[in-house]
Amino acid sequence: MNWKTFYALLSRDGHVARRNLLPMLVQNLLQPMLLTFVFGRVLTTSGMMQGSYKSVLLPGIMAISMVLAGVQAVAMPLIAEFQFTREIEDRLLAPMEIGWLAVEKIVAGMIQALVAGLVVIPAAWLTLGRGVNLNFEHPLEFVAVCLLVAFFSSVGGLALGCSVGQTQIGLMFSLVLAPMMMFGCAYYPWSALRAFPVLQYAVLINPLVYASEGLRGTLTHVEHMNTWIVIAVLASVNVLLLALGLKKFHGKAVS
Amino acid sequence: MGIGIRLENLRKVYDTPPPSAARGAGFSFTPMRSGAPKEKKKKFEVVALDGVSLEMRPGEVFGLLGPNGAGKSTAIGVLTTRTRPTSGRAFIGDFDIWREQVKAKRLIGVVAQRPNLDFALTAREVLLFHGAYFGQNARERARRTGELLEQFKLTDRADHMVRTFSGGMMQRLSIARAMMHDPEILFLDEPSAGLDPQTRLLLWEIIRGYNKLGKTIVLTTHYMDEADTLSHRLAIIDHGKIIAQGTPQELKASIPGGYLLRLRFDRVTEELMAELKKLPGVTEVRSADHIAADVYADRGGPLIASIVNTAQAAAIELRDVHISEPSLENLFLHHTGRSLRD
Repeated sequence: MNWKTFYALLSRDGHVARRNLLPMLVQNLLQPMLLTFVFGRVLTTSGMMQGSYKSVLLPGIMAISMVLAGVQAVAMPLIAEFQFTREIEDRLLAPMEIGWLAVEKIVAGMIQALVAGLVVIPAAWLTLGRGVNLNFEHPLEFVAVCLLVAFFSSVGGLALGCSVGQTQIGLMFSLVLAPMMMFGCAYYPWSALRAFPVLQYAVLINPLVYASEGLRGTLTHVEHMNTWIVIAVLASVNVLLLALGLKKFHGKAVS
Repeated sequence: MGIGIRLENLRKVYDTPPPSAARGAGFSFTPMRSGAPKEKKKKFEVVALDGVSLEMRPGEVFGLLGPNGAGKSTAIGVLTTRTRPTSGRAFIGDFDIWREQVKAKRLIGVVAQRPNLDFALTAREVLLFHGAYFGQNARERARRTGELLEQFKLTDRADHMVRTFSGGMMQRLSIARAMMHDPEILFLDEPSAGLDPQTRLLLWEIIRGYNKLGKTIVLTTHYMDEADTLSHRLAIIDHGKIIAQGTPQELKASIPGGYLLRLRFDRVTEELMAELKKLPGVTEVRSADHIAADVYADRGGPLIASIVNTAQAAAIELRDVHISEPSLENLFLHHTGRSLRD
């Protein structure tokens, strides 16, 4: 393993991310903030929702922001770079096993997902106004869940980015990401699906459910899934996605 | 000094279309899934390299000459770790390219057929980051970047985003990038495709200059003059097979006669062919169809009069004559029956 090369590749991604800082922040923050404002502020202040909904919503918004940030940070550039311009070629020729380039992409995506998630907490907290009850009583579990969610978003971006062509980006959003967000227990706790027994078990294949519930469990006192189950499932999903992503990456990178 | 390359019985069969035909010229393979008749459901298979064995010596400029789709780019792909050979082996120096990729990658610089620059960066950053990937320290990177930008006449655009560059500038920057880490072997896949004559001369000068430093250079081309003037040795490749190799002089000398007269008549008969064969200096006569004949001879113009007489004697009308001097083009034609541009 060649750390110098790995670090150089990482600083290249950091450099490009810094150059696109403003559009990236808007892309990662605007949508969650709008959602937070409408659902968390307008609907609660107007009395259409209970004030306690704010605490339910914040971890969900954080989960969505992290997942979107990671997926976009990894998948979108990969899709573009593997197109006919083959912008990635120079990095594939860097003196390092090519699998490490995928790992580098995952690390860069994780960093962006973590930043997006951590920025959302204060931003959403401010947008929501009074009535959000956060607790940081389980810092280690919180960190573990955050890292697993960031890894999931980024490795999911790798798998998606290596499976989807440029023409299918729109489809990727409407077919994969939109249902995942809607049925990801981000806007409601998993327990709220009790009234829909089939749906309640069907959504369990959606990793975002564990991300939302895990953050809910480690950030608030709202009813939530057992954190250890969350950690176990996210870890297994991550391992599977990593294997799939690396395989797809090799398939794309070497002819 | 210098490092050589060895290919041993290299074979590459694509069973899926090469990804985005990245290294293919301007075309792409499209799998015909829908609409294809059922009995044609045979697996997609393209034999790109068919048992290629070659040796490129340390410090030489080696040319791979062949038409589009001959297998040149696949050969470069295998030699640069980017294509997995189906069977056979290839070595850079002592390193098995597929098994010891990282060691091989340190020794090579690659200029792809189409500029594949990092569009998210400026020209200067492209070079700086490339140097960083190869572990150069900041000072070394900056020095070499400055030199290369100057050498390739890109200094005044150094801090512009690469995506705003013209084709020629991108090509120059691609070459500069490949040289950034001072590789022992430089691969150039169709380096002068799409360059204006002036830039092409600059490119040739740069290639020769780099070679003078003792570096090995491998280039593919379908331009005869380029292969002829630049290469010390070359191989002609067609349908994934090496059909001839040697120095340009050796190869040209191997064409029977050297000169090629391409003749067109209103018809070609057996008798005419036999008569042509008897003319002084003629070594071989071929006819691809019933109106054309290719005459290989040790002279060009002086033969015309006798050809005209022979044709008249047989009451056949001579319609067109084209004389070409000893060239690789003729060589290619001789071996494949096709012109390079076909």
